[in-house]
Amino acid sequence: METKTKTTRANGNEVVTKITGAEALLRSLLAEDVETVFGYIGGAIMPVYDAMYNYQDRIKHVMVRHEQGAIHAAQGYARIKRKPGVCFTTSGPGATNLVTGLADAMLDSTPLVCITGQVAAGLLGTDAFQETDVVSVSMPITKWNYQVTSADEIPEAIAKAFFIANSGRPGPVLLDIAKNAQMEEMEYAYEQLTAVSSYVPRPKPAINSIEAAAELINTCERPLVLLGQGVAISGAEDEFRTFVEKAGLPVASTLLGLSSFPGNHSLYTGMLGMHGNYAPNVNTNQCDLLIAIGMRFDDRVTGNLATYAKQAKVIHIEIDPSEIDKNVKTDVAINADARQALELLIPMVKPNSHAEWLATFGELHKTEFEKVISRDIHPKDDKMRMGEVVNTLSEITNGEAIIVSDVGQHQMATARYYNYRKQNSWITSGGLGTMGFGIPAGMGVALAEPERPVFVIVGDGGFQMTLQELGTIAQYQLPVKIILMNNNFLGMVRQWQELFFESRYANTELVNPDFLKIAEGFGVPGKQLFDRNRLKEELQALMVLEGPFVLEVKVEKEGNIFPMIPAGGTVSEMRLD
Amino acid sequence: MNKEYTITIFTENKIGLLHRITVIFTRRHLSIASLNTSESEVRGIYRFTIVVNTTEAMVQTVTRQIEKQIGILKAFYHTEDEIVYQEIALYKVPTKAFADGDDVESLIRKYNARILTIEPEYTVVEKTGHKEDTQQLFRELEPFGILQFTRSGRVALTKQIREITSYLKDLEQYYKESEDEVLTYN
Ligand SMILES: Cc1ncc(C[n+]2csc(CCOP(=O)(O)OP(=O)(O)O)c2C)c(N)n1
Repeated sequence: METKTKTTRANGNEVVTKITGAEALLRSLLAEDVETVFGYIGGAIMPVYDAMYNYQDRIKHVMVRHEQGAIHAAQGYARIKRKPGVCFTTSGPGATNLVTGLADAMLDSTPLVCITGQVAAGLLGTDAFQETDVVSVSMPITKWNYQVTSADEIPEAIAKAFFIANSGRPGPVLLDIAKNAQMEEMEYAYEQLTAVSSYVPRPKPAINSIEAAAELINTCERPLVLLGQGVAISGAEDEFRTFVEKAGLPVASTLLGLSSFPGNHSLYTGMLGMHGNYAPNVNTNQCDLLIAIGMRFDDRVTGNLATYAKQAKVIHIEIDPSEIDKNVKTDVAINADARQALELLIPMVKPNSHAEWLATFGELHKTEFEKVISRDIHPKDDKMRMGEVVNTLSEITNGEAIIVSDVGQHQMATARYYNYRKQNSWITSGGLGTMGFGIPAGMGVALAEPERPVFVIVGDGGFQMTLQELGTIAQYQLPVKIILMNNNFLGMVRQWQELFFESRYANTELVNPDFLKIAEGFGVPGKQLFDRNRLKEELQALMVLEGPFVLEVKVEKEGNIFPMIPAGGTVSEMRLD
Repeated sequence: MNKEYTITIFTENKIGLLHRITVIFTRRHLSIASLNTSESEVRGIYRFTIVVNTTEAMVQTVTRQIEKQIGILKAFYHTEDEIVYQEIALYKVPTKAFADGDDVESLIRKYNARILTIEPEYTVVEKTGHKEDTQQLFRELEPFGILQFTRSGRVALTKQIREITSYLKDLEQYYKESEDEVLTYN
């Protein structure tokens, strides 16, 4: 099929150009500055791919090996670019393969526009070949979704999709486009949207709540700021820093907040939550004021809500009103974009240092260092630990690389031991904890930010969930450096079995393939590392390498991640071993 | 503490919105006691009335989660004393029940019910009221043999003074004020 541009004369003289819905889709994407699309072809999306044939010079299409790979790549791309990642799939199985990524993007507020092909409108509801009601399937895991059944709807649907995906609290949008709508002709005109009826993406901060917050900040003695991903999403990293420096506020980060504030800053006290740092968790139950910014009090952060920061007053700056008072009751809620709220707050807070209070974090950190950190980064035996690998990588890259992780022990080790110095440098699956996220997300990151080194840290379990994307990495020669932490176990689950199920290791030991042969088979070079003495050297070699690489590090099989707040435990009762 | 709450939702008429609303209840394992929808006083704007039994904290979160869906203009929750509401019930009883004395007729009078249709085989009775009233009549008619029974979802109007039109004006104001603002992130 060929993309036709037909010129007809309406009303005898006016010239109207008609194009197919598929071409209208591509022109609409160009109007939204889309440069890269991740996708996989199939029957119901063929007209779009056919139209793409003429657009290859303007839109780069990355052909993945599985649609889950496409959507995770789009997520990595979106989070680095801070604009919607785009993917294309066919109907039925192509569309359902997006489900994990949609759920992940929904929980982690990642802007996506996913285009799925659908059977022709006339066949809808008839159980036609590869017909799946993906609009219903994706209802709870999309910010918005819509089925397009005629070509003229396409430009407006795309405009709406992009506006919704990347405003307010960002999220995934799915457009299901019936095949007839791709093929029909229509009169093309595009207008970017600046508003969608019924939708208030950026509520105006109420001045009285800003004043009330400033008053609490200016009179508190033991404040603690909880830094969430909302700060990065709103591009408020600089305002955030000005704010905490002016008022002398200790900062603790959520998993997704990492890299929005320098890891070596004197006000930085560490990561919150289950495997976070000792000081900020313990001091959560000592502070007199919690200032939560762009975070949602996830249960992995709070542990048992009944014993969470009961002594403290709570300020919550949050753009999504449904997150306010959902888990933790606030004293002052500021329903606004983080940057707007911080801009208003900064002039109203008084300079302070809270030096004595800050010192208590240092004391607690010393305890954590002696009991946990030192043995993670300088182990006494000859078995390598994930912590020392990440710590060495952090030193070698000066904390300035982009780090992407999969899910498990290595993820927590990476979050704990990489010392982020640069903004927008950490991509991981937080809310959904999706194994298999790392490698494809890393591809998207490498495409979004070709100038910076990209490392993917992955476990031997997660590696096997999306390893087919090594094919994509090889095809496009994406400079993704994969560090595979091989402990021959589904480590994080094995740790839980050890701690909470009497070491009954049911189905957590892995019978692994030869990972390097697999990589080699895909055309990706690799190496194994057993010996601590070569760690630095091998990581340095990765830094200067041009293309992709798999470095398989054999680590201690039964290493554990500490400290830890057992699920549903009290934050201040964090276990050090 | 569980209590009965009436949630009122104002929506645009968009396909799939009902699904979006109901999944929010399903996720929380909340059972919808009744649901009604109709066009509101503003043309093109629809009003959903949903009754649930739950805690105030839950109904508050759920209402906010509903309100943030695209296509939903506003969502509120109210307790019984904050609304004026009705339900309608229909009862199909054998016509011969009327032949055996005055009992059924006096019941109908006592309950302010009315007869919609009388056929040789059956009679359909209608009663409008709160659930307790329609249920009470059900119990009283039961001995005569109820052939069919149905009760509608609750329809409710709120006592609050601020009407949806004034919220719509706020929205319009918001759009006007943010006209020159870039609301997307990149
Ligand atoms: C798709 C998926 N399935 C299952 C899990 C549950 N899970 C969480 S961590 C983990 C183990 C991960 O093992 P591995 O990838 O080897 O990493 P390690 O913990 O050993 O670093 C499992 C099975 C998950 N998070 N995601």
